[in-house]
Amino acid sequence: MASSSSQLPSSVFDPRRHVGINHERVTNVSSTDYPGHYPDEDHSWNFVKFKQKLAVSVKRLSQRSVEFDLVGVDASIANALRRIMIAEVPTMAIEHVYIWNNTSVIHDEILAQRLGLVPLGVDPRTFEFRTPSDAPTDRNTLVFRLNVACERVKSAPRGSASAFTHEHVKSGDLEWVPQGEQAAVFADKPPAPTNKEIVLAKLRPGQEVEMELHAIKGVGKEHAKWSPVATASYRLHPLIVLNPAKPVPPHLAHKFAKCFSPGVVRVDPSGKVSIDERHLRKESMSREVLRHPEFEGCVELKRIRDWFIYFGNFFSRVLMSVCAVNVESEGPYAPEEMFLESIKVMRAKIALVREAAEALLAAPDSEGGVVVSADGDVEMENT
Amino acid sequence: MADSTPKIKILKGAEPDLSAATFQIHDESHTLGNALRWMLMKNPKVEFCGYSVPHPSENHINMRIQMYDNLSSLTALLEALSNLDDLCGTIEDAYKASLATDPIERWDEQS
Repeated sequence: MASSSSQLPSSVFDPRRHVGINHERVTNVSSTDYPGHYPDEDHSWNFVKFKQKLAVSVKRLSQRSVEFDLVGVDASIANALRRIMIAEVPTMAIEHVYIWNNTSVIHDEILAQRLGLVPLGVDPRTFEFRTPSDAPTDRNTLVFRLNVACERVKSAPRGSASAFTHEHVKSGDLEWVPQGEQAAVFADKPPAPTNKEIVLAKLRPGQEVEMELHAIKGVGKEHAKWSPVATASYRLHPLIVLNPAKPVPPHLAHKFAKCFSPGVVRVDPSGKVSIDERHLRKESMSREVLRHPEFEGCVELKRIRDWFIYFGNFFSRVLMSVCAVNVESEGPYAPEEMFLESIKVMRAKIALVREAAEALLAAPDSEGGVVVSADGDVEMENT
Repeated sequence: MADSTPKIKILKGAEPDLSAATFQIHDESHTLGNALRWMLMKNPKVEFCGYSVPHPSENHINMRIQMYDNLSSLTALLEALSNLDDLCGTIEDAYKASLATDPIERWDEQS
């Protein structure tokens, strides 16, 4: 955890940045940095000040997960980017399944649903969205074939484990069928499921599945199969403040330290406790310390309202939890790219609304200025 | 299905000079609504700003803006949008800088 620990800047002790964690409630949850909230203080939007205070720091990175800190933004911004990562960053997923033959015990619609959930390792940025009225083209559709039959192996010894071929239909059995220019575009990285070991169906000798699968681009708000993340979440940075007026009794120091996550509280040989700021982010905020009357008033638990610790984990959907194998290729986005994609989507949304607002400003009586009643009833001639 | 709904509508009851108006933004949710509300509230000329998602199965948000000094809420909305875009750009640059220079713990994740 060496690189994910850091000394805290002194500004974190500003009480205005604190969310109080109490025995049965949390306090000071809402931000107060608005103009007019504090007399004689200017809290209006100041880009230069924002830029100075903003701190982004990537902490940990693996093939499938990323952890980073975003400090100095409001929860509304942090939450918008988190929501976008889950629901609005596009990916490719199987949407149309054309079944020629399926004699397995698993029903067509169940198998199609499972196929949709298979994560595909293909860069969605190379594809366009396809609306239901669009014809499939090599720019918006990816085609796979699944053609598997189970047979008895004559030569297999009696009772051996692998007496059949293709006992399991796995995600690795999907064959990519290049369309048009796709063969050239994806020559060095052919599209395929990120995990080849997902069991889609089980077969017995004589059973077979034969189908064509069309994958299209989509977003998670339409169906979770298009969500590029398994989880994207944030938590607020914990803060433990010891009360200098009421130190922890030395004979209870170890009991006190055990109330927190390992490494967070240090006890020196004389029994004096201190907080290891480098490991504070590991604190689980269990509030165990608040249960013991002997520690009452010794310590305050807090969180820092504008310090977001993001965690993003990728591609371990329901289907994959049943099989533990190493994933050879990454998902459609590298974990560290995920956040950049969400910002891109956010800016695209802003641009879209701005375009509409500018049109409204230029011609307030045009189509955009249609006045509808507040309860949402729209006159029929508008449609 | 052709989507002909305008992106922004001004709901009935707005002041003629738009010093107070409710904007109905189509195809947006809490994602943009709350971020935009926050940025509008950072404007000292905004008397009130709030948004709602009137119904979960209706794909729009209502954003109410009331201004001091009879200023235009539409101008304030545009200003907030451009400030929000600046903010996103700054976060993007800071993230890229961190990725390039910060010491990142790289670890091998077993499934």
